Formats: sequence, C-alpha cells, structure tokens
Amino acid sequence: MSLTREDVRKIAFLARIRIADEELDSLAGELNNIIGWVEQLSEVDTDGVEPMTSVAEMTLPQRVDAVSDGGVPEKVLANAPDREADFFTVPKVVE
Amino acid sequence: MTDLTRLTITEAAAKLDAGEVSAVELADAHLAAMDAARDLNAFITETPEIARQRAAQSDARRAKGDAMGPMDGIPIAVKDLFCTEGVLTTAGSHILDGFTPPYESTVSAKLRDAGAVMLGKTNLDEFAMGSSNITSYYGPVKNPWKGADGKELVPGGSSGGSAAAVASGMAMAATGTDTGGSIRQPGSFCGIVGMKPTYGRCSRWGIVAFASSLDQAGPMTRSVEDAAIMLQAMAGHDPKDSTSAPMQTPDFRAQLRDGAKGLRVGIPKEYTLDGMPGEIQALWDQGRQWLEDAGAICTEISLPHTDYALPCYYIVAPAEASSNLARYDGVRYGLRVDGGSLDEMYENTRGEGFGAEVRRRVMIGTYVLSAGYYDAYYVKAQKVRSLIAHDFKQAFADIDVVLAPTAPSAAFAIGEKMDDPIAMYLNDVFTVPASMAGLPAISVPAGLDAMGLPLGLQLIARPFDEVTLFRAARALEDAAGFEGLK
Repeated sequence: MSLTREDVRKIAFLARIRIADEELDSLAGELNNIIGWVEQLSEVDTDGVEPMTSVAEMTLPQRVDAVSDGGVPEKVLANAPDREADFFTVPKVVE
Repeated sequence: MTDLTRLTITEAAAKLDAGEVSAVELADAHLAAMDAARDLNAFITETPEIARQRAAQSDARRAKGDAMGPMDGIPIAVKDLFCTEGVLTTAGSHILDGFTPPYESTVSAKLRDAGAVMLGKTNLDEFAMGSSNITSYYGPVKNPWKGADGKELVPGGSSGGSAAAVASGMAMAATGTDTGGSIRQPGSFCGIVGMKPTYGRCSRWGIVAFASSLDQAGPMTRSVEDAAIMLQAMAGHDPKDSTSAPMQTPDFRAQLRDGAKGLRVGIPKEYTLDGMPGEIQALWDQGRQWLEDAGAICTEISLPHTDYALPCYYIVAPAEASSNLARYDGVRYGLRVDGGSLDEMYENTRGEGFGAEVRRRVMIGTYVLSAGYYDAYYVKAQKVRSLIAHDFKQAFADIDVVLAPTAPSAAFAIGEKMDDPIAMYLNDVFTVPASMAGLPAISVPAGLDAMGLPLGLQLIARPFDEVTLFRAARALEDAAGFEGLK
C-alpha cells in the first residue's frame, strides 16, 4: 500500500509534528520508499515464531514499592521553558 | 618529548604511575589539541574548567598514593547523549535547547568516579539517528582522515564527534552509544577501536533514549586493551536501569594476551554482498588469514536471516524512537514554540525542534505502531528479530566469535548519500544484526583502502562473553599492526 498526502497529515498529527502543506507530498514519497523497503519482511515465514519482546533472556526484576527520591521541585522545574510557582505551564486546555 | 595526545590509556596510565606526566599536563595537552582542531566540529560543548579541576584532583589523589586505577587522570570525551550534571546536554537536537541535566548518567558517573577527566561533550547525529553525523543540529563533524582526493569526509555516526576526537588526538578515549552500529561504524571510518558491549552490560540510565531495546553505551579508543580498560569502568549492574544485567563484571583483560590459538571463528556467508567493494572483501579474507596464522580455526557459517536484519531494524528502532521521543513536548525542558492550543504548541515545538531524519523516523514509528498496522509491521518485525537472534544462537553452538567487515565502505564525502535515506541506512548492514540480537561486538582498525582511508573488521561474540571478544580483537589488532593518525 501507499501513503497518501492525507495519510501523512494524519500520521504527523498523531506524532504531533507540524508539517507544512508544501512538504506533504515530498514526505509521502520518502515515507513510501522506506515502507516499501521494509515490507520485504513479508517474505519471511514467521509462522509459529514468538515475537522478541526482551533482548536479554531474563525476567525483569521487581523493586520494592517505596519512594526513593523526590522533594526536589527546583531540580525538576529547572529546565522548564515556562513555570508558575511549582508548576509547569501549558496553554489553557479547559473552557 | 612524547606527544601526550597520541598515547593510549595503557601508556598514559604507566606514565602517570611513574610520575613522568601529571593528569593536569595530559588535560592541558588535550585542551590545546581541541583548540587547534576546532574546525573538525567534534565537540558541541567544551568543559575545560571541569577538565582542569578533575585533573588536579586526580594528581592530588596520586600524590597521596590513592590513585584509583588505570582510568584515573585519563582525559576523555563524552558523547552528548549522556546526561551530565550541570553541563548542557543536547543529543544533537534543537529540541533540547538549553537542557542542563540536574543529574549525571550512570556510565559517565562511573567514569568520573574512576578518575576520568571529562574534556567536553561530543557532536553526534540528532538523537543518535544517522551514520554520518550530518543530521546534527550543530552541524557536521569532519573526519580527521582525508582521502587522496582531499575531500572533506564524514566521520561516520552517530558517535562521529567521539570518533573524530579520539582519532585526531583531542581525547585519549571517548564514550559512544551504539543502537545499530553507532560506535562500530564511526570507529571503522576514523581508524579507531569501537566496542559495543552486550545489551545490559552498561546501564542506560541517564542516556538520552533512542531505541531502548537496542541502545548500549561503549568505549571508543586507540587500542583493544584501552577498550577493555574503559569498559571495566563503565560496566556493571544498575538498579536504576531494569534491563541492566544483574551480574558480576568480569576482568575484561583476563584473556587479552592469550592469542587466537584454538579460537573457533565463524565467517558468515550471508555477509558477502553484491557490489561490495573488492577491498572490503580482500580485508575480510586477510582478517581470516591473520586469525588462522595465529592458530584460530575459521569455518564458514550461515546466518540465514541476515538480509532481513536492516529492514527489521528500520521498523523496531523507529517504533521505539517514536515512543521515546514523545517526551519532547515543550513543557518540561528544552525548546517550546507557542501555539493557540496545547496540541498546536506540541506540533509547533516538535515541528521546529526535530530535524528531517528524526521527523522521518518518528513518523515511520508512529505509522507502524498505529491501529491497523501494528501486527503487519511491528509484531512481524519482532518475530523476524527472534529469527535473527536464533541464527546467532545456533551458530555460537560451534564457534566462539564471528568475523565480518564493519562497514560496506570507507568514509564518504560530506554531502554524499544525503538525499537517499535507504542508501544511508545501508551503512549499517553489517553492524545491525548483532544489535538486533543484543550481542557484544567490536570494530578493530585493520587496513587502508586505495584512497588511504581506514577500514575496520568486526568481531561478534556470545552474550556477555566480552572476554573472548577482546581476546580475538587483540589477536586481530596484533596481526593488523594498524597505524593511527600521527
């Protein structure tokens, strides 16, 4: 299958990346090239093969459910592009 | 007088121990070299004050008889993907503008605690996505090597700044990270040793994440022994990274001088590519001959799914990247570009903050993970990945290491392969399979091509068998007798 200009617009919104209208066609071309190329995986017989979900053959360890860090709002907020008191700020999301 | 900027860690540590040189003198010599070679653009941030301070502390420790080991006083560069406390960390991206971490990555903290002296943060492809260092927001890095035609060449990538710094004498060693070849390929392009440990050997905590099931930190050095020394300081279990292996770190130099006698070496037939330059094949054959002359037993092996490793990688890695890079939202750190609504702010920030290659990969990843395509692409790739790992597992029943080229060419000119993403991706055709299987691998500089440019040979070993990997690599290094830049 092939991605259309509208598909690219939709993917860009899902990824929350602003794409200028005049870039949609060239980007569709680039993405289609890559997707066409990775589709060669369909040649591989994977019937009965388990998907690899962990590289190391180990069970993820569990940790004690206890607070081990915190109480450092200044450190947490130090890199915020904008803040108010001890809060990050975002554009208004409720009416 | 010895040129202090051409020493190996092994040589420098001996000189420090003998009192022939101080850590401050080593740091100053490298800072001067950084000054002189700034046009290579290898560093994004230089940290001379930190370097001089840590060097002075190292000398003070040594004077009291408290030197901590072979990394104490060694001037190193740190890839700008490792978070460093109080020092700008950019990942080569506009979107991390001004980001100054309030914490130190585990690996760089371990190096610091072993006495290593940080000279600065090295340039890289944006978010480590690239094979040429041309995707960096901070501009391309130049390879310190030049071919006979005098063109400016890429250093490889993504750890291109680290490779250029070590090859040119600006740093004695450097950290890199390798997701699909980002340590080994620039190692090959710049004529240095680049080593990717087993997935889980080094903590990923505090390293800006690209593809979490693939990313691994490793050393970039002038010798195999240096790589073993540096990895010793970097490796170890870290409770802050749940995928870091809860196991003891072996002595990586344990078998370094045991030679290749009796080693069983596999030559994977699928790594012979159509159209591969003759000199790559010739060097590979030469490598086999060197190891056989040293007493190794080389046999042809088959890794039948090799051809699918690269397309498989270009589903898995972008998928993980699209998820990892979701955190760059203009709220908590880095760049923010305002918009009328929250979504517009996100879109504007990420539209402006990400470069073309990162944007491409995040969108591919978003697509292959999206409803309706997840099984066809992502789950399929995970299954193929199982087959790739299984190929290696079967092969390692009969062999100890795999010998292969590191890259399908020597360094190419800055500007080449820019407009064809897939041609660029093919740089990693020999390095990606070991990444997909989580295996330790190393590139050893082994020869020069017709233009006089370095070429590396790659060795791959079983999971957590870095000791054998270093042993084989040292044997290859001894036979090759490669001369780095002077």
